[in-house]
Order: sequence, then C-alpha cells, then structure tokens
Amino acid sequence: MTTPISVRDIVKSFTPTQGRAALNGVSLDVASGELMALLGPSGSGKTTLLRIIAGLEIADSGTVHFGSEDASAKTVQERRVGFVFQNYALFKHLTVEENVSFGLEIRPAARRPPAAEIRRRARELIELVQLAGLEKRRPTQLSGGQRQRVALARALAVEPKVLLLDEPFGALDAKVRRDLRHWLRAICTRTGHTTIFVTHDQDEALELADRVAVLSGGRIEQVGTPDEVYDHPATPFVHSFIGEASTLSAEAREGRIHIGGHALHLPTPHEDVRGTFFVRPQDVAISDAAGLDAEIVAMRRTGATRRAEIALAADLGHVEIEVPAAINFRPGDRIKVRFVRGSFFPDG
Amino acid sequence: MSNVAGLEPGLEGACGPRAKMRAMQPPATREAPWLAAMLIAIALTFLALFLVMPLVVVFVEALGAGLSAYVAALSEPDARAAIGLSLTVAAIAVPLNLVFGLMASWAVAKFAFPGKSLLVTLIDLPLSVSPVVAGLIYVLLFGAQGLLGPFLIRHHIEIVFALPGIVLATVFVTFPFVARELIPLMEDLGNGDEEVALTLGATGFQVFMRVTLPNIRWALLTGVLLCNARAMGEFGAVSVVSGHIRGLTDTMPLYIEILYNEYNGVAAFAVASLLAGLALATLAAKALLEFVFRPRDVEDPVQRVRRP
Repeated sequence: MTTPISVRDIVKSFTPTQGRAALNGVSLDVASGELMALLGPSGSGKTTLLRIIAGLEIADSGTVHFGSEDASAKTVQERRVGFVFQNYALFKHLTVEENVSFGLEIRPAARRPPAAEIRRRARELIELVQLAGLEKRRPTQLSGGQRQRVALARALAVEPKVLLLDEPFGALDAKVRRDLRHWLRAICTRTGHTTIFVTHDQDEALELADRVAVLSGGRIEQVGTPDEVYDHPATPFVHSFIGEASTLSAEAREGRIHIGGHALHLPTPHEDVRGTFFVRPQDVAISDAAGLDAEIVAMRRTGATRRAEIALAADLGHVEIEVPAAINFRPGDRIKVRFVRGSFFPDG
Repeated sequence: MSNVAGLEPGLEGACGPRAKMRAMQPPATREAPWLAAMLIAIALTFLALFLVMPLVVVFVEALGAGLSAYVAALSEPDARAAIGLSLTVAAIAVPLNLVFGLMASWAVAKFAFPGKSLLVTLIDLPLSVSPVVAGLIYVLLFGAQGLLGPFLIRHHIEIVFALPGIVLATVFVTFPFVARELIPLMEDLGNGDEEVALTLGATGFQVFMRVTLPNIRWALLTGVLLCNARAMGEFGAVSVVSGHIRGLTDTMPLYIEILYNEYNGVAAFAVASLLAGLALATLAAKALLEFVFRPRDVEDPVQRVRRP
C-alpha cells in the first residue's frame, strides 16, 4: 500500500487573474511511508505543488511519478490520491457515513463493492477517526476538528496510493490543531500511507513530519529532517523562516566569523568575504569574563523563559537572547555575551 | 506563523456569543415602541394597498357576475387557446433557460476567460432593456422585411407572428432569472467540493449530479419558478412579435388586454384571475418545497466565513 512519490523539474506559471503561486523547477522525492511537510510562506508555491501532484493542476513541464508509474499524463480520477482540503469541503447534503462512502458508491458497478461491504468499510473508517456514533450527523452539526477527521476518513475510503493534505489544520484553533497533529501522526504510522502535507506553520511541520521541504518563491530551498533544517539551515531564507533568529552583519576571515572586528569562536569555511550572521536566542550565552559588551534594551516574558533585546556595543546591532526566568534584567543593565552557535552566509 | 491560530478564536466566537447578542438586540439599536409600531403600520398598509388589494379586486371582479359566467369566460375557445399557448410557451422557454442559465453560471463561476465581465453584464441586459425593444429586435431580425426575412420566407419558416417568435421573445426576457440566482451562489461555493469528488474518482457527470446540483438546488428552483412566472406573464415583448391573431398567437396576457379593450370586464378579469392564480400557485409551490425539503441546518458560521 506504500508508494514513493517522485517529482521532477516541475514548472508552472499562472496568469495574474488565476491568483496562484508559480513554480520554477521543483524536484522532490518522498520515500514510501514517509510523512513529508511542504513548508513555506503564502505565495511560495507549496499548495500549487500539492495540487500538481494530485492532478488538480497541470504542470507546464516536469513529471510526477507514483512508484514506477508515470502519473503526469493521468487524470485526477486515475491517480487515486487521497486529498484533504483546508476547508474540509464535506458534502453538506450528505451524512458523515454517506460522505465517507461517497468514493465507493460512485464506482461503476463492476468495481463497486457490495452495499454491505461499503457500509462495513465506512463504519470501520469512522471508527478509525474516532467519530463512531456520529454516522448520521450532517457536516454542519460537527465541530471543525470533527469535520476534518471526516474529510480524512473520506479520503482514506478509496484506498488511495498517497495521501495529500492542504493546510489540514489551518482553519482550526490552536488547541484542536495540537491534538489533531498527534492523531494524524498516529493514523499515518498505522496506515503506512506516503503522505505530503502543506503548512505555513513551522511548529506543525517540525513536530509532525519525517522530513520538511522548505519552499520560497516557487523553489525548494532545503529538504531535510526537522533537525537538519532547524540546526543546519542551508540558506538565509530557511534560517529566518524556521525558528527565530537575529541577524548581524559579519565577515569571514582566517577561518572564523568576525563581528565588528571581534573574532567569534565559530569556524567558517568561507574566507575573506562579508556576509550575514544568523543567531538564535537560545544560542547566545551570558558570560562573566570574555565576550561582547552589550546593554539591555527591553525584557519580555515568553512562557518558560524570558527574552531580552540587547544592543551590542559600538552599534554592532540588536540581538534577541534567551534568559532563564529566574534572571530579570532592567533596561540599561550592562552584560557580556558569547555566541555559542550561529550560521554565516556570504552576501550576494 | 501563528496568524491563523491567533485569528481562529475570533472566528469561533462568532457562532456563540455574537449570535446570541444579535438575538437579544442591544438597546442602542432598539427603537422606541411608538416608532416600531408606526413603521410596522406603514409597511402593512403599503402591503395591503399595493399587493393584497389588487389581487382581491381581480378575484372579486372575475367572480362578480357569478361562477357560471366565470366558467363560461374561461371555456371560450379563444380563452382556452390563449391558456394553452401560454402554458406551451412556458413549457419550452423555462427548460431552455434552465439549461442556458446553468451553463452561463457554470462558465462564469468556475472559469476565468476573456470577456467574462462583459458576459455578466450582458446577462442582465433583458432586465434593463424595455420588453418592447426586445420584441422589436426579433421582428427586425426575423420579420418579412427583416434581416433574415427573405431567407425564412423562401424556406417557409414562420417565426414572427407564430409560436417560435413568441418563444424566442419569452426566452430572451426570462433569461436572467436562473443565471442571476446561480452566479453569486456558485461563485461563493467555489470549486472545493467538485475537486474532492474528482479525487475520489467521480466522473464529470457524477460530480454535477451528486455534488454541484445538490449544492445549488434551492437557488435553481427559485430561479426556475421566477422564470416560469415571468414566462407566463410576459406582455411587452410577446405583444410585438405575436401579431395578436386571436385563437392562434394570443397568450393569456395579450388575450386579457383584448378582452379589456372590448369592455368585456368579467372575461378579462376571469382570465386575469387564472394568471394571478398560476403565479400564486408557483409561489406556494416554492414555499412548500422549501418547507418540506430544506434541511434545518444548525447555525454554521465557520462554513460561511471560510471562503475569502
């Protein structure tokens, strides 16, 4: 039941009136049974890519393979994908059970399972998505989270080769989103479907996916495990899009990163080039002895820790740093800081 | 990043407390009792004066000379011909406009194409142009002195002053009703449901029958009923193309005018009452169908706001 997906050199342009983001040569491989997130800001082309894989949109050039078969020339119906929309798109005139069995009911008589079998499968899937007892409800009588689960059960009913989800939790409130994340992970592990989901929420992507593909401007910036994209961002875009980061102008010299003439204890393969230094709040340490001089500009509380905005001495720039909740500076306090980790990207 | 999550509680809130507030009517927008009473009185007076009274007058006048005179007026051969013709015209024009209206709405709502806004404007043309002009267009096109006149005469095809002309004029005048009901709804619904059905393996026909049609059925019904009412009642355009051949090309409205001009008040009002009755029956049928079949949906703000 598991099918790898291979996307090659997809190019797609739109006329302005069509209002969708274009793709400029996208290639992506999703292993069988893998859960892949397409992460990017709006307009990055992530939804377009998903719709091209589903066959809802036709690429100008490039190919889509499901396993060894070329799906590029196949119609949506022939591709057998399970597609879940952000707005659920449940059939409002049908009950939960009728929605789930829709894909089986519409098959030509030769391929349609007997009525009792359709009913059994629908009930089984409703059970799987934990909606037993709501079979006779109409979509309007369900909560957002319940609707999205019906949409997933409906997609799974036709035994799709792959599962494609477009911002599946985008219309739900924060708590329901978190609950559904764990639940979706569990379902995917259980059914073993190769799954691609689109999201603009980095937490969702990092927490849920086996691998994350970061898109921007119709291109893939980086594909990697959550650890890879978070700890080793390949491009400045990925670094600023995933996780928080402050930026400082810097230069690479003698194998090390320099900020305003100060050599950091951070090596870099670049040599004699100006660029930008990215550093995350938790990668800045407050040191007693050596370090860069800085002054506290503002403090704020963020959950378990505090954030301090500091101004580096000699107008080198402002940086957000993480401070234990027990420590509370006042604006104007002077400290010394050390950059424990960070990334340098040459300009241009 | 978290914009959407932050926005959601607001949306959820729309179904609960805000809906309740609307029902309670905050004091700021509640009118003084005397003002409310006055507004209601004006509205009801207006309704009685301009809607109910004329209807009552039609039926009173029609039955003024007794039931037998009423029945006699309606069983007159010319009257029966007029009734038959009106029903025939509606029976042809309404299905045609059902199909045209559906196709036009589909094209406008589901596709982007050059000239789309022109099409949307043109759909309203029959409502803004005087029906007399609409009728004249057909006379100028298909009449003996018209553009296609010589060709039609050579091939013995009768359009003007015959059933085809009346049907054409009626189709023209009643075209907007179905399309105008459907276009806003279909644009609002978008393509989501249809796309899901396709991914589930549905053919184009199945998508239409099982997904699109159920979604638009009430608007479609409303459009068809309005279209039907107008098709039976149209006077101006039909008057120009019909030629008023008694017993042949007189529809009910035309026949009523003839009777009225002949000072045959009872007969005129008898036929008029039948026409008004048909209109009332149409409205009643619509109300009944909606009452019986429309599912009592729970308040569903999420569904409504979800489309940008």
